[in-house]
Amino acid sequence: MEKENMNLVIAGHVDHGKSTLIGRLLFDTNSLPDGRIEELKKTCKELGHDLEFAFIMDSLQEEVEQGITIDTTQTFFKTPKRNYTIIDAPGHKEFVKNMITGASQAETAILIIDVNEGVKEQTKRHAYILSMLGINQLIVILNKMDIVDYDEKRFNEVKNIILNFLDNLKIKPLYVIPIVAKDGDNVAKPSDKMKWYSGKTLLQGLDSFQVAGSLTNRSLRMPVQDIYEINDKPILVGCIESGKLKPDDEVIILPSNKAVKIKSIESFLADKKEAEAGESIGITLNQLIPVKKGDIICKKNDLAVVANRFSANIFWMSKNKINVNEKIILKLATQKTECVIEEIKQKINSSSLKLLEEHAKELREMEIGRVIIKTLKPIVIEKFNDIPGLGRFVLMQNSEICAGGIII
Amino acid sequence: MDYLDKLESRTIFIIREAYHEFKNIAMLWSIGKDSTSLLWMVRKAFFGKIPFPIMHIDTSYKIPEIYSFRDKYAKEWGLNLIISRNEEAIKNGVSPDKGRFECCNALKTEALKQAIKKYKFKALLLGIRRDEHGIRAKERYFSPRNQDFLWDYKNQPPELWDQFKSGSDDNSHIRVHPLLHWTELDIWKYVQRENIPITNLYFAKNGKRYRSLGCLPCCSLIESNASNVKEVVEELKTTRIAERSGRAQDKERAYMMQKLRSLGYM
Repeated sequence: MEKENMNLVIAGHVDHGKSTLIGRLLFDTNSLPDGRIEELKKTCKELGHDLEFAFIMDSLQEEVEQGITIDTTQTFFKTPKRNYTIIDAPGHKEFVKNMITGASQAETAILIIDVNEGVKEQTKRHAYILSMLGINQLIVILNKMDIVDYDEKRFNEVKNIILNFLDNLKIKPLYVIPIVAKDGDNVAKPSDKMKWYSGKTLLQGLDSFQVAGSLTNRSLRMPVQDIYEINDKPILVGCIESGKLKPDDEVIILPSNKAVKIKSIESFLADKKEAEAGESIGITLNQLIPVKKGDIICKKNDLAVVANRFSANIFWMSKNKINVNEKIILKLATQKTECVIEEIKQKINSSSLKLLEEHAKELREMEIGRVIIKTLKPIVIEKFNDIPGLGRFVLMQNSEICAGGIII
Repeated sequence: MDYLDKLESRTIFIIREAYHEFKNIAMLWSIGKDSTSLLWMVRKAFFGKIPFPIMHIDTSYKIPEIYSFRDKYAKEWGLNLIISRNEEAIKNGVSPDKGRFECCNALKTEALKQAIKKYKFKALLLGIRRDEHGIRAKERYFSPRNQDFLWDYKNQPPELWDQFKSGSDDNSHIRVHPLLHWTELDIWKYVQRENIPITNLYFAKNGKRYRSLGCLPCCSLIESNASNVKEVVEELKTTRIAERSGRAQDKERAYMMQKLRSLGYM
């Protein structure tokens, strides 16, 4: 039996101890290759400082020299229960788009807070980003308990502040754990310095997370990714977002609304009779009809919504601002169309979550907008909670992603 | 779907996305286990009819078995194989003895630059993985390089929800990394499951094997008794030795890999 894998992002304010925690997790789970420690010792010696756990992650010259993480990094550790991929997300405001890139690949999260400094600007912004990405399995850890003399009172103060904030985002963490990442207290082993805490260690907490369920039992949604002519027949390729399909299924191609039947599932070096959510496949249809990239295949009588105007929350992460009614590219699953933000109903600070302006005219870097989007072409959408892949989108300028959005 | 199915499906999605977006692309095949596995999935993605060339950057210092393996499967799989060499540097005697950094840069990076210029490729598929080396953990699936091949890792475009950077406006090219999320062990398990032909340099003879393949002078053998795929999988489950520990260019001086990579090394 293969062990399952879980992608875990570690988020939090700069200097609150993310890299140190990751180094500690790798060390305590015996996941560091022998050569790695040697390489690091040598590097640290050349730079004239002692080996620190934090440098295990920060492998770029610049990052070791500056002592801050710039880009997202991934590394791996395992427990008897499962394999983990840890995604280290930079805690610096300047690198928030790197943080999103990392976090968007995770299904679970740790939010780390320096118990001495308390909840800071990026702690809150990262919590917001986790909520926007739909990551609802979360553990909060309060780090550097040694600095506050392992004080239970201080722990509870900070715990209450963060729980209140997360409540606004409708996130309920599974656990809030006091730790000392550099010494390992409550990471893999219970701490003998905090007898007042009898809850789970971080590793026990992580192992109690559930792996995301499959979307196979939901409605069929297969975004067409491309059409290939192989041996003179058109094969529609794509990854099934949700549901399943098999030959003879009656399907509807949206947005054109054409009804057809699936003729075959095509695969190379294999014979396939059925395909389910998550599979990248190829299919042929029983009649030749025009199909293009971005079309969505649904089962008859179980269709997605076709719209050219919808409400969404967007997070703007480009240095260039965006104005109401300015043309921009929208990509949603394999669909691509020009669109405009027709209205910014509310503009919100992504860290404090305070309302900045109603009926705003523009959005700037790191602002949240509650907006109405109007697309040039009709597109196929769903509510994020129903079919995540059709309920989220990006906005692009000059071929780069500058916002992520959730349909509400 | 099991774990390997999910990894494979994501890789095929990225391969197809790259082809749709850029059309004029090529895949870099080093003949090692990673790029051979990538090639296997490229064949699956296009139902055996790959619509773009497969390129081998030949430094002339490769281990002899690599050449025979390459030619055998290029023929068997009907590949449109391009072999690119920096002939001038080879003629001028560039070699590891005269400096590893300079050698890698001339025979790999420069050879690649010449090929991109000649064939006007817009994107290249590469079989790198995040767990290979610290610096590779920072790569994106779609990673832009500017005209001088430089990688601006500090200012990389964001990627989320399987949406990537699309066609570029200037003359740079995009490196596409469909195997980024695989580990070394995943690759070997996949090789085992799919029965993918792999050069026998990876399998132990007289207690030694290659774990990572490069050029003959800069690649050393590791101690191992793993003489087939199954035994390699078992060995990797317990090893505590880094994968590229036998690769000289990673170690010669601190950050050499970073410098090579920021200059456009694969």
